[in-house]
Amino acid sequence: MAFSEENLANHLGGLGYSEEQIELMDVATSFCRDKSPIDKVRKLMADERGYDAQVWQEIAELGWLGIAIPEAHGGVGLSMAEVAPIAEQMGRRLLTTPFATCTVAAQALLAAGDEVQCGEWLPRIVAGEIATLALSEPHGDWTLSHVEATAKPNGDGYALSGTKQFVAYAKDAALVIATVNVDGAVRLALIEQSAIPDGALRREIIVDETRRTYELTLDGITIPASALLDAGRSATALGQIELASALLQAAEMCGGTQSAIDYTVEYLKTRKQFGKLIGEYQALKHPITNAYVAYEKARSHMLSAAHNFGQQGVGEIAVRMAKASADKAYSFAADRAVQFHGGFGFTHDCDAGLYRRSAIWHASQFGDAAWHRAKLADLLF
Amino acid sequence: MATRPTAAELADYEAQADAWFRENTPKDPGFMLPLTFMEVSTDQQFEFLCAWQRKVYEAGYLGASWPTEYGGGGMHPDFQRIATKVMKKYDGPIMLNAIGIGWAGPLILDIGSEEEKKKYIKGMLSAEDIWCQGFSEPENGSDLGNAQLKAVRDGDEYVLNGSKIWTSLGDRAKYMILLARTSNEGPNKYAGLSFFLAPMHAPGIETRRIKKLTGEYGFVQCFFTDARIPAECLMGKEGDGWQIAMKTLEYERGAKVNLAGGYFLKELDAMGVVELARQSQRGGKALLDDPVMKDRMIDFMIDIQALNLNNQRRRMGPLVQDRPMGLALMNKLARTEMIRELTEFSLSFQGTRGGYYVDDPCAVDNGYWHRSYLNSFSATIGGGTSEIQRNIVAEHVLGLPKGR
Repeated sequence: MAFSEENLANHLGGLGYSEEQIELMDVATSFCRDKSPIDKVRKLMADERGYDAQVWQEIAELGWLGIAIPEAHGGVGLSMAEVAPIAEQMGRRLLTTPFATCTVAAQALLAAGDEVQCGEWLPRIVAGEIATLALSEPHGDWTLSHVEATAKPNGDGYALSGTKQFVAYAKDAALVIATVNVDGAVRLALIEQSAIPDGALRREIIVDETRRTYELTLDGITIPASALLDAGRSATALGQIELASALLQAAEMCGGTQSAIDYTVEYLKTRKQFGKLIGEYQALKHPITNAYVAYEKARSHMLSAAHNFGQQGVGEIAVRMAKASADKAYSFAADRAVQFHGGFGFTHDCDAGLYRRSAIWHASQFGDAAWHRAKLADLLF
Repeated sequence: MATRPTAAELADYEAQADAWFRENTPKDPGFMLPLTFMEVSTDQQFEFLCAWQRKVYEAGYLGASWPTEYGGGGMHPDFQRIATKVMKKYDGPIMLNAIGIGWAGPLILDIGSEEEKKKYIKGMLSAEDIWCQGFSEPENGSDLGNAQLKAVRDGDEYVLNGSKIWTSLGDRAKYMILLARTSNEGPNKYAGLSFFLAPMHAPGIETRRIKKLTGEYGFVQCFFTDARIPAECLMGKEGDGWQIAMKTLEYERGAKVNLAGGYFLKELDAMGVVELARQSQRGGKALLDDPVMKDRMIDFMIDIQALNLNNQRRRMGPLVQDRPMGLALMNKLARTEMIRELTEFSLSFQGTRGGYYVDDPCAVDNGYWHRSYLNSFSATIGGGTSEIQRNIVAEHVLGLPKGR
């Protein structure tokens, strides 16, 4: 029985790539490999800041923080399509920095910021100042418009109240972009570092030890009226934040899946039991092959999501398919990576655990596979 | 090779082909037509499909790009591609003689002698000479290289003893492409294999039909008992068998060759499954209102789209740098397993009606989905089982060791 997917394909996006994308993919492949060997990753896990400031500076100097920012604001003037291959290589080497959160924060500013707001912040982001997003709340809902934190008029400005969670790299951030409820409408608010009082940030203990996030208490923070982004473009900005985040996650997850498979395959090729390489046993050989097949499918979806990003209709479908399939592939590959390392897999020294925890982390942020499938059902049925 | 046609010439040709297929594509014959060449069960089906292939050939839309001296149309392959596209557009029945025009024909045109080309090509295009394939044996399914059917040279003849199985159209074919063992010597099991273009009507060759999981026929087992075939049936030299068999498998897998055209399998339309789901009910409501069914359906659509994207990506060098052969080698496994799971899922839409089977007047789509699911195993088992495919991917793509 053969099968035709042409009919379905007509509703969905296809695949393509730009020269710049491939060049960046090649540069990022060697950069991430060289800057993030696994012993370095483990060293940074124990470091308070969690990333190498020198490497961060190099990332800024390479221009990577401005790839999807227009030239008028000091950026490179390309698109999210060209950012994805970099995120993929970062995920592959577990090179965690504020790269993704800064990239998405810039997209939020572009979606709902005015000329003054963009003019001030985008060049600073390009230069390596950290901008981050404060979206999640204690209710744990992935719906970004579900916001209980408030901003109430207070003199010339607004007084903020509520709690934000999983604010990435907030301690080092020059700018926090938070969702707040203003008179029943969700708005994006710019909070400068100087407005955050001592003690408002608590470092969170998170499943992925290679990252840093903070809980941010908004009570006591006031912002000027000029720090709110355009009310009329809030929904668009939230959509852009969700899809840009999911795209970069899908890319990081594909890279992580690739590594989890490579790492396990290496073990299956060297470890012997009962006089045989364990990779000869089909009980291990076949599931790792299934993991590989799932990885290649997820990578095709991710490249399609990058290629179609921003296209009306097909862009959102492609991104959600990419995140859903990346979650499935990464979770399975990393889960089997732990199991197939046997006793060693159960130790903290085995890298399989790094990938497994990374996959759990990504599933927990901006929606897991089931969440994106539910969204797809709304889009496709 | 004919010269590359201009866009205008192709457009003219397409208009002409379009008119012909619109006029001549048969309507519903009143009985179920096989979806693949492996499912030809009744005389009625066989005769209908032979007549259709002959008609297409005589109109010039099959073998259009094969050489005229052997019965082809001598045109540039672009013309044939257009004819096949139009055939597909009008959803015409399959071309029956798949082993002939899909495997044996390209092989003979590629490496056959002048006599072989003159003798075989025209008859396979016109469906006068049906071909079958004798590779698998009862004891050697996945392990093709271990084929044991014996061919012993005796004067101007070879004497054949042994058995072949899963032979589609074996009871109706005039010729078989046959992999047989002429020697047990040599450095490995492959060295003693030879390749024959064998007549099926030789004394000592008997066939027995195999009733399939679906309840239909389509395959036979062939028994060779001191069957004598002329020595000139040997293709190439003794010992070339494995290499030639691998070449034919490349044609099957779509290696670049000048194809006769047409198609041998009807494609299952992904959106057809969605359509079936839309028409189905649960608890008095549309099935796709059920969140569990909806979730599974979306999962399949993600999978289908992944395979579609994989097919595009495998031709894009920079996007397959790390493991260039990976997508190509996993394709059969991924597609056939997905189709098996999807058709199985489609049965669950039907509620109580899932209990009906092909030909019951109340069966949904006359049992098309049941038949599709049961037939899907022909692809997850035939041409190398999914388990063998996983070994291939594990060993050739991931570099895992072979089992001992």
